[in-house]
Amino acid sequence: MSRPKNQNYKGHGLSKGKEREQRASIRFKTTLMNTLMDVLRHRPGWVEVKDEGEWDFYWCDVSWLRENFDHTYMDEHVRISHFRNHYELTRKNYMVKNLKRFRKQLEREAGKLEAAKCDFFPKTFEMPCEYHLFVEEFRKNPGITWIMKPVARSQGKGIFLFRRLKDIVDWRKDTRSSDDQKDDIPVENYVAQRYIENPYLIGGRKFDLRVYVLVMSYIPLRAWLYRDGFARFSNTRFTLNSIDDQYVHLTNVAVQKTSPDYHPKKGCKWTLQRFRQYLASKHGPEAVETLFRDIDNIFVKSLQSVQKVIISDKHCFELYGYDILIDQDLKPWLLEVNASPSLTASSQEDYELKTCLLEDTLHVVDMEARSLRADSPCW
Amino acid sequence: MLQEESDLSLIIAQIVQKLKGSNLYSQLERQAWASLQRPEIKLESLKEDIKEFFKISGWEKKLQNAVYSELSVFPLPSHPAAPPEHLKEPLVYMRKAQGSWEKRILKSLNSMCTELSIPLARKRPVGEQKELLNKWNEMGTDEPDLSLFRPVYAPKDFLEVLINLRNPNYENGDSLSFRTHLGLIQVPLKVKDIPELKECFVELGLNIGQLGIDDSTQVPPELFENEHVRIGQKVLAEQDSAAAQQYIRQGSPTALRAELWALILNISSQPEDVLYYEQLKTNVIQHDLLVDSLIYKDVKLTASNDDYYFVFEDYLYQVLLCFSRDTSVLSHFAFNSASPPKSYIRGKLGLEEYAVFYPPNGVIPFHGFSMYVAPLCFLYHEPSKLYQIFREMYVRFFFRLHSISSHPSGIVSLCLLFETLLQTYLPQLFYHLREIGAQPLRISFKWMVRAFSGYLATDQLLLLWDRILGYNSLEILAVLAAAVFAFRAVNLMEVTSLAAAENLAAHSEQFCTAPLFPELYRVQIPCTAELRQKEECSLLDSKSHSTEQRS
Repeated sequence: MSRPKNQNYKGHGLSKGKEREQRASIRFKTTLMNTLMDVLRHRPGWVEVKDEGEWDFYWCDVSWLRENFDHTYMDEHVRISHFRNHYELTRKNYMVKNLKRFRKQLEREAGKLEAAKCDFFPKTFEMPCEYHLFVEEFRKNPGITWIMKPVARSQGKGIFLFRRLKDIVDWRKDTRSSDDQKDDIPVENYVAQRYIENPYLIGGRKFDLRVYVLVMSYIPLRAWLYRDGFARFSNTRFTLNSIDDQYVHLTNVAVQKTSPDYHPKKGCKWTLQRFRQYLASKHGPEAVETLFRDIDNIFVKSLQSVQKVIISDKHCFELYGYDILIDQDLKPWLLEVNASPSLTASSQEDYELKTCLLEDTLHVVDMEARSLRADSPCW
Repeated sequence: MLQEESDLSLIIAQIVQKLKGSNLYSQLERQAWASLQRPEIKLESLKEDIKEFFKISGWEKKLQNAVYSELSVFPLPSHPAAPPEHLKEPLVYMRKAQGSWEKRILKSLNSMCTELSIPLARKRPVGEQKELLNKWNEMGTDEPDLSLFRPVYAPKDFLEVLINLRNPNYENGDSLSFRTHLGLIQVPLKVKDIPELKECFVELGLNIGQLGIDDSTQVPPELFENEHVRIGQKVLAEQDSAAAQQYIRQGSPTALRAELWALILNISSQPEDVLYYEQLKTNVIQHDLLVDSLIYKDVKLTASNDDYYFVFEDYLYQVLLCFSRDTSVLSHFAFNSASPPKSYIRGKLGLEEYAVFYPPNGVIPFHGFSMYVAPLCFLYHEPSKLYQIFREMYVRFFFRLHSISSHPSGIVSLCLLFETLLQTYLPQLFYHLREIGAQPLRISFKWMVRAFSGYLATDQLLLLWDRILGYNSLEILAVLAAAVFAFRAVNLMEVTSLAAAENLAAHSEQFCTAPLFPELYRVQIPCTAELRQKEECSLLDSKSHSTEQRS
């Protein structure tokens, strides 16, 4: 995809001496019309700018970033909510590549035991380039279920499960034939991943955990883990009999929302705290501590694996949504990392959680210390 | 002395009678026979040797637990000549009120039945049975049309009945005096006052460690938590019901709670129990009852919409549907003022030979009934165990929350206790709320009827239910309700409508650190701290009393 070179440099947050002294508010911009907007609007001293106005803080979406980041000048204090090449962590195929490379490095440097700590990612193969490697693995384990995920889509779109090679051979033929006339549209990349067939079930339902990690910089690596999060339940009871039933296997709220069982008022989430309590009463507090330590390990290792690859621009920060699946042995698996986790609230409780999350995020980013004079009226 | 002795022998005789029919008895017999093989059992000292064997092998402990369980559940006989109704409820006017309330419920049920032309019970066709069996673990996915069904009654309706309860032998007098009870309940039952409550709930005093407060992150675990957990593990190892009941008064550690409750309720999952549950399940599969639809409706309306419990929807059906078929529940009506409704086989109205109890367990569910089960799903995951625990909790405690009786743990006494506490210790607040048409009981009634299920965060609720088990009494619900009002007293003084008061008091899910008497204490919440507020209230009073006495 080529970008037209933009000759008009847009400088943002340019300070022109006098102007800076007079400015006593933080100008923010965002296109999201949800919890984030509420939080930003309520923040004392923050003012919204629309359209082409200059901003100090932009909570942007990734498409804008892709098109404009490279030719946008940002002043020292300006902050933007994504890293330029965040996809190294958030696109499934890149993440796998980085993790595999990091694991090899770790094994060389610190031995097998240390490298085994990176084994939180189910076996994954990039399609179509690793197709043959995949077939080899597939043949070694007949009868297990695999899941096919598009690398760059979200909200559960395009995902399906399969058990026979025949299923994907057919699918390959289908996707190829539809692209016959359109050669210049690139083939969408997919990953084939080993499906975790023994997920931990609560009330007979499958769930995954959404945990938030805020990264302020990669070099040095400074990351914050938000202490709350939630478990998202699928509305239907888990069974391996119906791998075609999206509602059984995919826990994204976007998918569950379209399920015939979905009741919007119901919500299908538990806060992490509640989940911890449930586990503690079932397995004891030590098991829960171990589990959460293992989950912390996932964050650390995944961030370390992309530390040297991501361009650590001081203007950037990023709030990631990690999707973690727990299996019946209480082992956590990383499903994926989201660069733009949903900030739309599905219930009152959810609204409160996301509001607090965003407020704390903004506290950490601390625009107030960067752009205002010490004696300005707000502080 | 003689009277006590004869009372005691009466009690013993009753318990022996009860236990003789139990599984434990046959097990003990079997064990005794088997022990004859053992070398240490000698013919000359047979009785002592077998007793010794029972002691060592833990069977004596099991027997002790069973006896303790019987003592806790079954009320002591008041007088050998007392008729059985007195065991249910000694006061006539209460019995009458309960009777007419039951008639109303039954009428409502019957009219719904006629309106919808649905039989109270019918046998399922084979195809339907098969379908249900397949779906047994996911009945929540069923979406039957329940729009025409309505709950038979809601707590609100029950409250109205209680408000109109009057003792015909008691004359209140028209003039308002300091003795007039300002609340909604106008029956003269004896309820405990603060000094008596303090005596009763001595383990909740300020100088004794509590789980829920003294295990918070700021308190180093060596101070209380570690030791408490250690003792809990010891109690479980000893398998002693009475010790467990005493222990749990200070709260149960999360990891030990499921086992402790099972020990206190004397539930051990034997193969016979699992079999019994399976039998109930078969009954559900074979016959469809009208109450099933009521249960479905209730679960869908309450538990499914609850942020905490929606996950356990399927378990709720599995427990409640079986519960309504369980005829062993009928035995609790001996000490419940309520009586199981009777129904007649079609066409045989009035003929006693064709009378059956409906539903088979005699309990008609009301709006919110499923919330009694929901918190238990946090602790028990095996359906038959979950079932047993719930059934035991129901026949020991929950039934008292929706039947009219004079029992100190009955809902009437709880309401009166709540109102009396409030009027005595927060008279200004009580008066203010009454003036704005927001009688406090109207707000707190639903909390107490549901034992706070759905109104407290689960971990707090379980700590509360720990104490119910520990003290074998529901009075703590009234004390907690009063404490919530005490906690919100300052804000409540400013509200001007029932709705606003309701709203304010309703957010009991988010207790946070708050000063009660600003000059005295900073109290950390969960709910047990509320009780401490009550204690502190009285501390002040007792201090002033003692100074008076001295001077």
